[in-house]
Amino acid sequence: MAKHSAHEGSVGIVAPQRFHATGEFALQCGESLDGFELVYETYGQLNAARSNAVLICHALSGNHHAAGYHAEDDAKPGWWDACIGPGKAVDTNRFFVVSPNNLGGCDGSTGPATLNPATGEVFGPAFPTVTVRDWVRSQAALADHLGIERFAAVVGGSLGGMQAMQWAIDEPERVGAAVLIASAAKLSAQNIAFNEIARQAITSDPQFRDGHYRSANANPDMGLGLARMIGHVTYLSDFGMGQKFGRELKSGNVSAARDVEFQVESYLRHQGQSFSQRFDANTYLLMTRALDFFDPAGECGGDLVAALERAQSDFLVLSFSTDWRFSAARSKEIVDALIAAGKNVVSAVIDSAHGHDSFLLPLPRYISVFKAYMDRLAAAAGSAASTEAGSADAP
Amino acid sequence: MRPDLEIIADLIKPGARVLDLGCGEGELLAGLQAEKQVNGYGLDVDPDNIAICVRKGVNVIEQNLDQGLANFPDDSFDMVVMTETLQSVRMPALVLDEMLRIGQECIVTFPNFGHWRSRWHLFLKGRMPMAPHLPHDWHDTPNIHLCTVKDFERLVRDKGLRIIQRFVAGADHRNRPRMSLMPNLFGAIAFYRLGRPE
Repeated sequence: MAKHSAHEGSVGIVAPQRFHATGEFALQCGESLDGFELVYETYGQLNAARSNAVLICHALSGNHHAAGYHAEDDAKPGWWDACIGPGKAVDTNRFFVVSPNNLGGCDGSTGPATLNPATGEVFGPAFPTVTVRDWVRSQAALADHLGIERFAAVVGGSLGGMQAMQWAIDEPERVGAAVLIASAAKLSAQNIAFNEIARQAITSDPQFRDGHYRSANANPDMGLGLARMIGHVTYLSDFGMGQKFGRELKSGNVSAARDVEFQVESYLRHQGQSFSQRFDANTYLLMTRALDFFDPAGECGGDLVAALERAQSDFLVLSFSTDWRFSAARSKEIVDALIAAGKNVVSAVIDSAHGHDSFLLPLPRYISVFKAYMDRLAAAAGSAASTEAGSADAP
Repeated sequence: MRPDLEIIADLIKPGARVLDLGCGEGELLAGLQAEKQVNGYGLDVDPDNIAICVRKGVNVIEQNLDQGLANFPDDSFDMVVMTETLQSVRMPALVLDEMLRIGQECIVTFPNFGHWRSRWHLFLKGRMPMAPHLPHDWHDTPNIHLCTVKDFERLVRDKGLRIIQRFVAGADHRNRPRMSLMPNLFGAIAFYRLGRPE
C-alpha cells in the first residue's frame, strides 16, 4: 500500500500548530477572554512577498485538519482534501494555505472543552457566546502572527462561507477574494428550526447536565448523536440518499427484521455515534448559535447591498442544485447584492445529486470552476511576489 | 475580437456598467474590462463557457435568461448587450422589455432569417434553411424564435422603441456596402442599438 506521504495530489503528513494570543480579547457579546489559543495547520509555502496566503474557514463540524494526514495509518484525510493539495483547486504548490480550528471549537482551540485559566476548570457552558465576527477577529490575529497582511483569498463552505463574507466586510483591505461556497447571507427560519431541534436533542439528554457533563465524567452521547443525525439528513438530498441507500434492508429479508433494519438507519446511527465520540456538545450549541445569529445585512437596516459595499474584494459564489439546507436561491441573494454593490463576482450553480455535502466532494464541474478561479488568483499573487522580490534585490 | 463585438465595444463608454446576456466565452467583456475599465457582468448557462470566462477574469453569473431578469433593478446598467441570443430565448419580446428596463440602452444582434440564402434554401429545396449563420437542423436547434429584419423592426415599432443605430453584416460579422441597400435580403446578422420609447 502506498504511503499517505507519497500520495499524488496530497499534502502528505501534516502536523497541527498552535497560536497563543495574549491579552484581553473582547467578544461581540460583551464578555471577553483572557487570551486564547487557536490550533491550525498550514500547507504550501508563503512566498517572499507574502501575497499567496489563503485562509480556509471551516463549517459547523469541521476543524483545522483540512488536508493531508496526521499519520501514515490514518484511514481518512482532512475534511477538504478533495479541494486542497498539489494541483487541486486550492493548489498548495502555489498557495500558502492556513486552516485554523475556530475559537469555541473542540479540536484544540480555546473553547468550552478547554481549561478556563481563571478557574482552572473547563469552561463548559460558561464559555461566552462567539459570533462569526469574533471568529474573523481571532483569525486576523493569527494572520498577524504569521506575518500575513492580506489573504489572496478567504475560502469557506457553508458556515465557512459566512466567515469569508464577514472577512470581506470587516477586513476589506486584507482580502483579495472571498470564496463563498454553499453559503448564505443569513439563515432562513427553516434552517434555524433545524438547528433548534438539534440543540433540543442535546440539552434534553439527561447526561447533558446543563452543560456540566465533563465535570460529571459524562457525555450526552444520545443527544449529540441525534443532533448529528438530523443535521446529516439535511446535508444530503432525497435523490442522493435514495441512490446511496434506497430501501436496502440490512438482512435482505423483512421476516428477519430487527431494530435497525434499513441501511439508511444503520448509516445514520453510525454517523451519530461516531460524531458524539469526537465532538463537544457545548461547541455544537455554540456553533449553531453563531450560524443562527449571522446576519451582516441586519447591521445595515436589513440592506445586504449596503453591508457588502464595504467589501473591496472580488467574490466567487458557488451553490449546488440539490442543496436544500443552503439552497442556490440563498447564494443568488448574495450574488444579486454583490452586483448591485458593483463588486466583481463570479457565480455558478453546480448540478449535483449530493445536496449540501456537495461542497466537500470532488465533482468535476465544481472543481473546474473553483480551480479556474483560484488559478487566476494564484497567477496574480505570483506576479506580485516576483515584483516585490525583484525590487528588494535591486541595489 | 470578433468584428461585430469590436463594433459593440466601440459604442460603450469607458467605465460604463455593462450586462452581457448570453456572454459565451466572455470575449466582449474581457476586451471591455481590459481596454475601457467597464464594470461588466455576463450571464450564461453553459458550464464550459463559465470556466472559460473565469479564466479570462470575466464576471460571469450562471443564470438562465428564460427564468427572467427580475433580480436586476431598474436602470442598473448603462448598456445591456445580447449577441445572437434573442432567437433562442422563450419570450424574446419580454427579454427586450427587460433589457431596456435594466439598461439605459441595449444592443441586440440576431441571425436574419430573411437573408437570401435562407430564402433560396427554402424555395429550392423546400426544407428548413441551414446556412453558415444557421448551422442547426430544425429538430436540434436552440434557435426557437428566428425572425427577419422586417419582423424585428415591426416588434420594435409596436413597442415604440427608439432605433439609435442599425446595420447588417455577413455571416463573418463584416459589413459590406451592398448589404445596407437591402438589409433584409443581404444581411446575415442584424445589429440594433435601441433606446427606450420617447
